[in-house]
Amino acid sequence: MIAERSITAQKIIESISVKANKVGFVIEAELTEALQYLETKGIPNNKHEDYKYCNMDAVFKKEFKNIVQEYNEIKNSDVKPYKLEEAINLVVANGNYNESLSDKIIVKGITIKCLNDLSGKDSRIGSLAKSSADAFISLSNAFSGNGIYLQVQKGNVIQMPINIIYINSTKAESMINPRSFIHIEANAEVTISERFANVGKKSFSNFVSEKLVEENAKLTSYSIQEEGTESFSVNTNQVKVGRYATYDNTTVTLSGQLVRNNHNVLIAGENSQSHLNGLFLTSGTQLVDNHTLMDHQVPNCESSELYKGVINEKSIGVFNGKIYVRKDAQKTNAYQSSKNILLSDDATINTKPQLEIYADDVKCSHGTSTGKIDENALFYLKARGIGEESARKLLLAAFANEVVDKIQIESLRMHLETKLNNLY
Amino acid sequence: MISIKNLHASINGKEILKGINLEVKAGEIHAIMGPNGSGKSTLSSVLAGKEDYDVTEGEVIFNSKNLLEMSAENRAREGLFLAFQYPIEIPGVSNINFLKTAINEIRAYNGKEAIEAKDFLALIKEKQKLVELDSKLTGRSVNEGFSGGEKKRNEIFQMAILEPKLAILDETDSGLDIDALRIVASGVNKLRTKNNAFIVITHYQRLLEHIVPDFVHILYNGQIVKSGTKELALELEAKGYDEIKHQFEKAEG
Repeated sequence: MIAERSITAQKIIESISVKANKVGFVIEAELTEALQYLETKGIPNNKHEDYKYCNMDAVFKKEFKNIVQEYNEIKNSDVKPYKLEEAINLVVANGNYNESLSDKIIVKGITIKCLNDLSGKDSRIGSLAKSSADAFISLSNAFSGNGIYLQVQKGNVIQMPINIIYINSTKAESMINPRSFIHIEANAEVTISERFANVGKKSFSNFVSEKLVEENAKLTSYSIQEEGTESFSVNTNQVKVGRYATYDNTTVTLSGQLVRNNHNVLIAGENSQSHLNGLFLTSGTQLVDNHTLMDHQVPNCESSELYKGVINEKSIGVFNGKIYVRKDAQKTNAYQSSKNILLSDDATINTKPQLEIYADDVKCSHGTSTGKIDENALFYLKARGIGEESARKLLLAAFANEVVDKIQIESLRMHLETKLNNLY
Repeated sequence: MISIKNLHASINGKEILKGINLEVKAGEIHAIMGPNGSGKSTLSSVLAGKEDYDVTEGEVIFNSKNLLEMSAENRAREGLFLAFQYPIEIPGVSNINFLKTAINEIRAYNGKEAIEAKDFLALIKEKQKLVELDSKLTGRSVNEGFSGGEKKRNEIFQMAILEPKLAILDETDSGLDIDALRIVASGVNKLRTKNNAFIVITHYQRLLEHIVPDFVHILYNGQIVKSGTKELALELEAKGYDEIKHQFEKAEG
């Protein structure tokens, strides 16, 4: 059985290790653990509870039989469409932080480095992404590119948003392991958008980001996924939220043949707030799977989640939201909502709230709704002279805007509104 | 304006309208009264183009065009307006965006250019006064969180903006207190001209004290069983629907 499980993992390791560089920022013990994990547990298939609707083993067997690890050089013109005028743009190209493609703006209170430059100097790197947690974290620990380290120093409120562009360009079936560590020190504040793009051929992007939000700090982050039909990705966010800190994330998935998001929030400091919002629009035979975890470890914290899906044609959407309230996490206030619109009879949504509560004085709630476009609302609009197509657009935009409106970078929000308008 | 001949309609195989005949001319106000379940709301839904109903027989000519062949949106663009009994809440669609889209689609259908922003705002301001609608409400999502009275006033507000040729008021008085009723009625009276017409559907005579009809029709069991002038409404109020029921059940039997 064990040998059977690890076949896919072995094949991946064999094909990518030939051209892989040593990961400088991961300690030896984690690397060993990573390889051991992959050897014993392999790549998860649909028998794995967390990957029930997202059989990654089958994806690799079918789509990545011949991993060649060949890339195109990323040019300025590739990156340009993803840059934001009002932001500091930073580029991670084919998994490696690329200074020459990035903006050369020096802002007080921000440190930007390659992850490998921090080897041994900052023990926090890797502390939130343990190999034992998941096969894709293990893969990242073993084969990560030389990603980006971004730190906002104590007490600095950064007015200008930061836009990190993770862009891949493969020549043929290849895997890329982009990685980041976002470190918001105490009393610091920043808004970061992370945009994901693929301008080459078939690629598998295994993204891992550790996000450490320290005491009374505030991180507002946006993940914008528009990697196109040739792209398969697993995106893991390992977040730790400190006392009185605020972590907000809005993830918008516009494209990608397969997009699996693992968003794990460790609520480790009292009186903190964590909010996750998601919007995914799928069509064709796409699969978009959002798995979230709000791990309430301490008392008096608030968390909320709002995930919305518009699922068309034969595509599949998944939302699995786990709220874990540990014994000590009294006075937890956790809320979760999943709302979905199915636009075709062949579209599927699997939505599952998962509440595990071990404290007795908490407020936790969840709600889920799935339906078609509201026929009564459609008729109301038509009865005022608005045509079928415009009426549908108005209703779908209204549905999506509840999430899109959370995005405070205007050019990014407008980009999304335009994209959405053309999708419906 | 509108000519309804032998209109039959059913839902899920059950016949609700059993041969309606009605002629409304420009400048007229017609009231349709009837007990619950007589087919009042079905009539308004069928005229507005709700697809849940099957028209099995009859014809409706609206301004020399075959109304029943038109989509709901084209009926509205031709100048038909239904004030809903239960206006729909549409979270996320602002009243302003909704009205602007509606105006411009109607204008485009009639070969006119989109309305200028300043003209649109002036129009909104002017019509808000007419129904005493709080300007805060127009900034919000369509009907979301509105009270019953606010929703009804919003219907009349939309009617004022779109200036239809024929407006059908479907139980606009239901759930309104006397002040809201007065505001709604005065809105309708101010919008009345010799070129437009109204069909006022109501259960009670109360609304007709404020919007005085030229004709009153009694709908019972899917047919108009009695027509008269405004005095018919008073008679009905005094005697109640029981006599009508009694009279026509016997006739049927």
